[in-house]
Amino acid sequence: MSQLFQHVVVIPILVPLLAGAMLLVIDEPRHRLKASFSVAAMLLLLLAAGALVARADAPVTHVYSLGDWAAPVGIVLVADRLAALMVLLTALLGLAALMFALARWHRAGPQFHALFQFLLAGLNGTFLTGDLFNLFVFFELLLAASYGLALHGSGTPRVRASLHYIVINLAASLLFLVGVSLLYGMAGTLNMADLAVRLPQLPAEDRALLEVGAATLAVAFLVKAGMWPLGFWLPATYTSSSAPAAAIFCILSKVGIYALVRVWFVVFSEGPGAELIAYGGMVTLVFGMVGMLGSQDLGRIASFSLVVSSGTLLATIGVGGSGVIAPALFYLVTSTLGTAALFLLVELIERSRAPGANLLAVTADAFNVGDAEAEPEEMVGVLIPATMSVLGLAFAFTTLLVAGLPPLPGFLAKFSMMAGVLGTPDVPAAAWLLLGLVILSGLAAVIALGRAGVRIFWADSGRIAPRVRLIEIMPVAGLVAACLALTVLAGPATNYLHQAGDALNPATNYIREILRSQ
Amino acid sequence: MEIIVALGIAVLTGSGVWLILRPRTFQVIIGLSLLSYAVNLFIFVMGWVRVGAAPFVSVGQAAPDPASFADPLPQALVLTAIVIAFATTALLLVVLLAARGLTGTDHVDGREPEQ
Repeated sequence: MSQLFQHVVVIPILVPLLAGAMLLVIDEPRHRLKASFSVAAMLLLLLAAGALVARADAPVTHVYSLGDWAAPVGIVLVADRLAALMVLLTALLGLAALMFALARWHRAGPQFHALFQFLLAGLNGTFLTGDLFNLFVFFELLLAASYGLALHGSGTPRVRASLHYIVINLAASLLFLVGVSLLYGMAGTLNMADLAVRLPQLPAEDRALLEVGAATLAVAFLVKAGMWPLGFWLPATYTSSSAPAAAIFCILSKVGIYALVRVWFVVFSEGPGAELIAYGGMVTLVFGMVGMLGSQDLGRIASFSLVVSSGTLLATIGVGGSGVIAPALFYLVTSTLGTAALFLLVELIERSRAPGANLLAVTADAFNVGDAEAEPEEMVGVLIPATMSVLGLAFAFTTLLVAGLPPLPGFLAKFSMMAGVLGTPDVPAAAWLLLGLVILSGLAAVIALGRAGVRIFWADSGRIAPRVRLIEIMPVAGLVAACLALTVLAGPATNYLHQAGDALNPATNYIREILRSQ
Repeated sequence: MEIIVALGIAVLTGSGVWLILRPRTFQVIIGLSLLSYAVNLFIFVMGWVRVGAAPFVSVGQAAPDPASFADPLPQALVLTAIVIAFATTALLLVVLLAARGLTGTDHVDGREPEQ
C-alpha cells in the first residue's frame, strides 16, 4: 500500500495537467460537463494536498524521483512541510475561486476550466520541485495559464493591462534564464540540494559571478512578488482581471516569495542580500500604503493590499532571517486567504452600484458638491436588504483580516512576526522601522477599507440590492471560516510552521534525503 | 571564439533592451525576440565554448574523456527555452492584435500620448 501511496506527491501536478488536457477535448458549449470535470479534479487535488500535509510530518522528507532517475542528474519532487503547506493553500484558494466562477464567470470566455487547471498544475509543480530549471518550466506553465486567465472575459481595460503584464513577465522570465544558466555554469548542477553542497567548495574567483547569477535570479522572483520598483504592473493587472482570476492570482505573488525563500535559505544558507530584501520590502510597504489610501476604486484598494502583504513579507524575512520564517508563513497564509476573499467580495459589491455612481463619486469629491447642502431625510427604521447585510458582514471580516486586527489571524500573524523580529538579543535598527511601518500599514488598511465600507454600506442610499447567488457567497464565507479556524487552531498551525521553518536553514534533512537517492 | 559569441550576445541584448522600451507594440515584440535570442546564446555558452566537440559519447568507450565532448545539458536547456519563448511570442502577438482592435492604436499604453 505504501508503494502506491508514495505516488501521492506527483498527484497535485498530474491530475490538473490531465484534467486540463481532457477539458480541451470536450466541446466548448458543454459547460456543465466541463464544470463537473473541473470540480472533480479540484476535489481530488484537495484530497492529495491534505494527504501531503499529513504525511509531511513523517520523520523523513519525502523525495520522489521522476522517472526513477537519481538526483542530482534526475529531477526530484520534494514534499517537505513548506511545499505541502503551499500546495494545500493553492488547493483551498483554487476551490474557492472555482466555486465562485461556476456562477457566471466560467462561461464568459473560452477554455476557462482548462486554463484554471493548467494554472494549478504549474503552481503545484513550482512548490514541489527540487530542481532550478524545472522551477523555471513550471513557472512558465503557470505564467502562460495566468496570461490566459488575466485576459478572460476580454474588453479594452483588461487587454490593455494584460499586454503590460505579459511583456513584463516575459522579460522577467528571460532574467530567470540568465540567472539559472549562470548558476549552472559556475556550479555545474541545477539540483537545489546539490547546489547547496557545492557552493561552499567553489573557488573564490568563481564566487563573484555566482552571486551575480543569484542576484539576477532574485530579481526575477521579486518581479513576480511585486517588490518596488518591479511591481508597478501588479495593481493594474489584478484590478482589471475577472474576480475568480484575481482570487487565484493572490497566490501568484506569493510564488515569487516562496521561490526566494527556497533558494535563499536552502541553496545559499541565507547569504548576502538581506538588507536589500529588507529595505526593498519596506519601500514596497510604503508604496502599497500610499496606493491604498489614494484609491477610489475598491478593486484597486484590494490590489494595493496585496502589494502591502508582499512588502511586509519581504521586509520581515530580510530583517529577521530564518528566525521569523514560521510567523512569516502564517502571515502569508492569512493574507492570501483574506485578500482572495476581498477580491471575490469586490465583484459582488460592484453589482450593487447604481449606474454612473463612480463618476458622481469622483466629481462630487473633487468639487466638494453633495449631501452637505441637501436636507437629510428622516430615515426611520430602514431595513438593510439581507444581501447587503451579508456582504457587509463579510466585508467587515475581510477588513479585519487585511488590516491585522484581532480576533482574526491577521493580527496573530503580524504580532508573532514583530515578536520574532524584535525578540533577538541585538535588535537591528531596521526592526524598529519595520514595526512602525507594519502598524502604519494596518492603520492605512483600516482607513481605506473603512472609508469604502462606510460609503458603500451605510451612506449611499442610491444602491440597489445586488443579485448574489449562494454559490458566489459560499467561497467568501468559506475563506473567512478558514481564517477563523486558523485563529482557533493557531497553536498547532504555528507548531507545524516552526517545523517547516527549522527544516529550511540549515537544510540538512532536505539535502540528505535528496542526495541519498543516488 | 569566445569574444565573437560574447559580442553577439552583447549586440542582441542591447538592441533587444532598446526596442523593448519603445512605445509601439511591434517594436516590443521584436525586442523580446532579440532578447530571447541573446539569452538562448548565453545559456548555450554556459556549457563553455568548445569547437568541434559533439555532445555525444561514441559507442564502446569505457571511460570517456570529458574534454572530448560538449556538455549536453545546456543544449537541452536552450531547446526548452526556445520552445517556451516561441509559445509566449505567439500569445503576445495575439494580444497585440486584440489590443490594436480594441483600442484602435498600436501604442503600448493603449492610448496615444497627449500632444
